[in-house]
Amino acid sequence: MSRIVSPIRRRAIAVAAAAAATALALTGCGAGDATPGTATEFTGEYDGPKVELSYWNGFTGGDGPFMEQLVKDFNDEHDNIAVKSNTIRWADYYQRLPAAVTAGKGPDVGVMHLDQLATNAARQVIVPVDSLADTLELTEDDFTKDVWDAGVYDGKRYGIPLDVHSLAMYYNTDHFAKAGITEAPTDKASFEDALAKLKAAGYATPFWMPALWPSHLMDLSLLWQNGGEPYSKDGSKATFDSQEGIDALTWQTTMIQDGYSPRDVAIDAQYVAFKNGETSITWDGIWQINDLKDSGLPFAAAPIPTIGDEAAVWANSHQFYLPRQAKPDENKTQAAQVFIAWMSEHSGEWAGSGMIPARKSVRESGVLDDTLQGPIADTIDTMRFLPPIPGVGTVQAETLEVAVSSAVLGKASPEVALKTEAKKATQLMEKNLKSFGG
Amino acid sequence: MSASTTDVTASTGSVAAPPSGRAASGRDRRRAAKLDHAPWTPWLFLAPYLILFIAFVILPALLGLWISFHSWDYTLPLKPFVGLDNYASLFQPDSVNYDSFWTSMRATGIFTLFSVPLLLVIPLFVALLMNAKFPGRNFFRAVYFAPYVLGVAVVGVLWRYLLDNNIGLVNYYLGMLGLPSDTAWTTSVPAAWVALIGVTVWWTLGFNAVIYLAALQDIPVELYEAAKMDGATRTQQFWNVTIPGLRPILTFVTLITLIASANMFGQSYLMTQGGPNRQTRTAIYQITETGLRNFQMGDAAAMSYVLTVFLILLSVIVFWLFRERKEKKAKV
Repeated sequence: MSRIVSPIRRRAIAVAAAAAATALALTGCGAGDATPGTATEFTGEYDGPKVELSYWNGFTGGDGPFMEQLVKDFNDEHDNIAVKSNTIRWADYYQRLPAAVTAGKGPDVGVMHLDQLATNAARQVIVPVDSLADTLELTEDDFTKDVWDAGVYDGKRYGIPLDVHSLAMYYNTDHFAKAGITEAPTDKASFEDALAKLKAAGYATPFWMPALWPSHLMDLSLLWQNGGEPYSKDGSKATFDSQEGIDALTWQTTMIQDGYSPRDVAIDAQYVAFKNGETSITWDGIWQINDLKDSGLPFAAAPIPTIGDEAAVWANSHQFYLPRQAKPDENKTQAAQVFIAWMSEHSGEWAGSGMIPARKSVRESGVLDDTLQGPIADTIDTMRFLPPIPGVGTVQAETLEVAVSSAVLGKASPEVALKTEAKKATQLMEKNLKSFGG
Repeated sequence: MSASTTDVTASTGSVAAPPSGRAASGRDRRRAAKLDHAPWTPWLFLAPYLILFIAFVILPALLGLWISFHSWDYTLPLKPFVGLDNYASLFQPDSVNYDSFWTSMRATGIFTLFSVPLLLVIPLFVALLMNAKFPGRNFFRAVYFAPYVLGVAVVGVLWRYLLDNNIGLVNYYLGMLGLPSDTAWTTSVPAAWVALIGVTVWWTLGFNAVIYLAALQDIPVELYEAAKMDGATRTQQFWNVTIPGLRPILTFVTLITLIASANMFGQSYLMTQGGPNRQTRTAIYQITETGLRNFQMGDAAAMSYVLTVFLILLSVIVFWLFRERKEKKAKV
């Protein structure tokens, strides 16, 4: 090897490799048709020739098999539509979707999170679905106001809600029984009382405070409970460093200072510890229900307690969307809308995945009776969603998550951490406003 | 270098040229070349590599340069030209990217500074061991190389759990040995650096060791025999036969290791998530976040070019260092 490649050439290779490695990371771009489209008028049915729909989603967890079953049922019922689903981890999904759509290789229909709708609408990755909502006669009455409104960007609707999913409080029922706690705590006093009882019963660290996911969701919930807002409505400013925000994060850090949580809880450690019975309470998404059931742990779920002044909890929602097509195919668009309509009507079966169907009519049809998420579904009016500001999701990941993490790890006081990162968030949001044209 | 060029020319078609070798003047050689093959013949031979090089290195690099002069979000129709603004903002302390970018450059610097020497020295000792004759040698060679075949995702997730300070095995065993068992390997510095560098060395030392091993086997046995005849001890043999014999490969190994370390991303992405704060977020990590997650490709491209300039300078320095020593040796 050393004899064939001369030193000079070796250096050239090395230098080129360095340049390539850095430059290559930036070339995932392709040219695409930039004209914005809209979903065509929806007629409610599809009786054209057989079409194949590519359907993108990110249900990689315990929710995956339920979605597969729904897709299978749909395919069995529709002879002329074959839906092929493509499941991609959510984190990669939001990188790939814009690239694929821009290159004209996007899906025919897909699901994304509510807090991504505005971003992708502003990027013209997805198209409005107002006519679909009209034909399905979907109105605010069948949903909660928050989840329905959050699908609207710039006066147009971009998402048809499938479900809502919030943070929940999971607790180990064995531990609770041994500590003599009979009811799930619902407010600050009863929660801290429960922690003290658990500690007295020998569970040294009953409530682990994670440094990363889902700590920022706990923080948002507490911030809303305190009456604050993380971002200004017009998307020009981050306000999570308000007094309400500082109080929220301070409460989180007191869990460590008071000895209810160990220090330096690294990613996922709190969840693993909960599954292993090392800790008694954890706050996590309701989508974990099936995973916890499978683990055989004696546990129950309840709405997160109201630590602040009013009940509020962070939530998100899976929403169907139609991507912009470089070469729109009338048949496919119609079929895709049939698919969305069918899914929305059958969202009751989706409850098996641990999610809460978004439609009130479905929720009240009895599908949530005797499910673990049932009690949480009852508090749907307290669920809060991120405002429809383009780019807010990534801004949050870059700033609020870092602030929460550094306060929880004790690297900075909650106030300093939040102020520093909010300043950065505001800068990023101003930049976003400029590039998205306000 | 010049000798090998002549060899190539000879083998590609100047068979009819007088075999005057080095004695032939430059003009003669040029004429011979003109007579014997078309001007594009060398290019044709270069083509397989050249096409890939242009398509996947030169063009992307130029496109990256172009992108770095724009406020570039590929999903938006408007990509306004901003001149050198993206670069300027990297050097303005009050800009949004200043802190995160230079923190990440610092992180890359720390990682490279500590991982490169370790990855140069430890694999050498492993290679020396593996070069000796003992029973089960092939088995041990495989054992040392084994981690390298794992992907970064496997290595990252595996060690993230092993090193977890609350639920991980590493701290558990340290505790059983009576050592401090509360080191936050993934959420505090400098412990996180120790973890990241340690894991990287464990993971990639096999690769460098294999290259060293190949080079060791290329050193003629006669040299060792001659050294022994001259009464050289094992240590003297190492410094006077082994090290000079490895010198040609050392430049290569150093540069490869340097660039691999400077491009570190997966380990901190998976093990520390860049934390605590952004302290273990490397330059490539920051560029990915900026360009691919926040779609600020203009800023990210500018960052890439700043990083590239650093890497080129570093490569030149390393190359110069190694070449310098060689020339001194030649003079003696």
